[in-house]
Amino acid sequence: MSAEPSWTPTEMMTVVAARALAEATTCFVGIGAPSTAANLARRLHAPELVLIYESGTIGARPSTLPLSIGDGELAATADTVVSVPEVFNYWLQAGRIDVGFLGAAQIDRYANLNSTVIGDDYRRPAVRLPGAGGAPEIAASCREVFIMVKHGRRTFVPQVDFVTSVGYGDGPGARERLGLRGRGPVRVITDLAVLTPDPDSCELRLDQLHPGVSLPEVQAATGWPLAAGDDVTETDPPTEQELRLLRELTGATDVDD
Amino acid sequence: MAELLPLAEAVRELVRDGDTVALEGFTHLIPVAAGHEIIRAGRRDLELVRMTPDLVYDQLIGAGCARRLVFSWGGNPGVGSLHRLRDAVERGWPVPLEIEEHSHAGMANRYAAGAAGLPFAVLRGYAGTDLVHHTATLAPVTCPFTGEQLTAVAALRPDVSVIHAQRADRRGNVQLWGITGVQKEAVFAAARSLVTVEEVVETLDPVPGAIVLPAWTVTAVAEVPGGARPSYAQGYYERDNSYYQRWEPISRDRQVFCDWLREQLGAPAPAEVGA
Repeated sequence: MSAEPSWTPTEMMTVVAARALAEATTCFVGIGAPSTAANLARRLHAPELVLIYESGTIGARPSTLPLSIGDGELAATADTVVSVPEVFNYWLQAGRIDVGFLGAAQIDRYANLNSTVIGDDYRRPAVRLPGAGGAPEIAASCREVFIMVKHGRRTFVPQVDFVTSVGYGDGPGARERLGLRGRGPVRVITDLAVLTPDPDSCELRLDQLHPGVSLPEVQAATGWPLAAGDDVTETDPPTEQELRLLRELTGATDVDD
Repeated sequence: MAELLPLAEAVRELVRDGDTVALEGFTHLIPVAAGHEIIRAGRRDLELVRMTPDLVYDQLIGAGCARRLVFSWGGNPGVGSLHRLRDAVERGWPVPLEIEEHSHAGMANRYAAGAAGLPFAVLRGYAGTDLVHHTATLAPVTCPFTGEQLTAVAALRPDVSVIHAQRADRRGNVQLWGITGVQKEAVFAAARSLVTVEEVVETLDPVPGAIVLPAWTVTAVAEVPGGARPSYAQGYYERDNSYYQRWEPISRDRQVFCDWLREQLGAPAPAEVGA
């Protein structure tokens, strides 16, 4: 690999996330990176993908990326717009959504997520984050959960400071004991790699490396001793079409990230 | 019957020191002008309730109006942190802010219980999260029919709820549409309510999907064109995304924020700025 790749690590992450949505028919979308990936998937291979935002817009088809979960275009292009109690109770909790798409400030080896506070003391946190929003119930009730985060030791920690959303709790059987209905996080997509839970231990392990990224590099960016699966594959680089559509999408929108 | 009042009079009459106040709006139809009027009225010691406290709550908290915040997600959507909120939580400026924290599903159900006149609502949520260790208004409950472990959340009953809507007629019937969040539940759960509207019309034309709050369910209506800016009112104006970005540097700095309060709202600085 001598030549610089013609894409950024963030673009690689978004493309991988969009590809992962090929099988889904309904997706509960968080704003930011997950929303970009879901809207890219809709333009690539999943035109019928139903996007659901927690503002109550169901089946939204925005032509540009929304800047907030309640942009007017989401409402104007949706199949239906429902109240917030309804979207959480009738649509999410009842198990109607295939994939929930989450980000977080911290993630641990069991894919538990923190978006609440950094630091040991909840009342006197080192950093106050925005909080739970819809994430706890998305993590509990969607059939599967995809997680998108940038790889680094501040994010990939041995144990999250605060469990905002449950992944696999403290290991095998935890989700069942807690009565969580969805299967839990099935893949963690980062700008370096894809991690998936080990079927026996539930611990996240390396499954896929993006082009030009090495295992030691990913291990160095992970705050626990990251194991690799038996068949680590290399991610296919973004196709010209994937990159073009992604850049058209982000270029048409004033997005900071 | 809803009284049609000027905004300043409605706020001074309905929002009192020490009240539990909900200004709801889920990205859309946020009652920003009413929030600014609460700051101008110098209200103190409020318990502010809202699923998604954003800029106007940052402003209320920074101005020293609040002692407590009940919420489920606090941030500047698409931009970053609310620095006035963080300053109050992390450093107690201008006054210490106590927080009570839920998930969106929990808050939505708390409003629904309040609107239904029930003491609590039930959901399949919170299990395994650390929210259960810090939030007194939720508790485990066993289904009397199936034995399933669920979570009970206490009803929300604000002293006053404030929302913004597209329009009302002269009798005070209110019509709103688009993303309607928890606005209806917030009005029904509260002892008193104020609805600011884009315009007061003779007759409410039917709008598909619109919610109508009959005049007898609302305490007061105030005509405030543009009253949701920089958020938006579907059918009237768009979200001003640049305002949310411009708020970031104002919110970051106590002195810049105090200057903003004085220059934009005509309100005094809340306290010594300090370090």
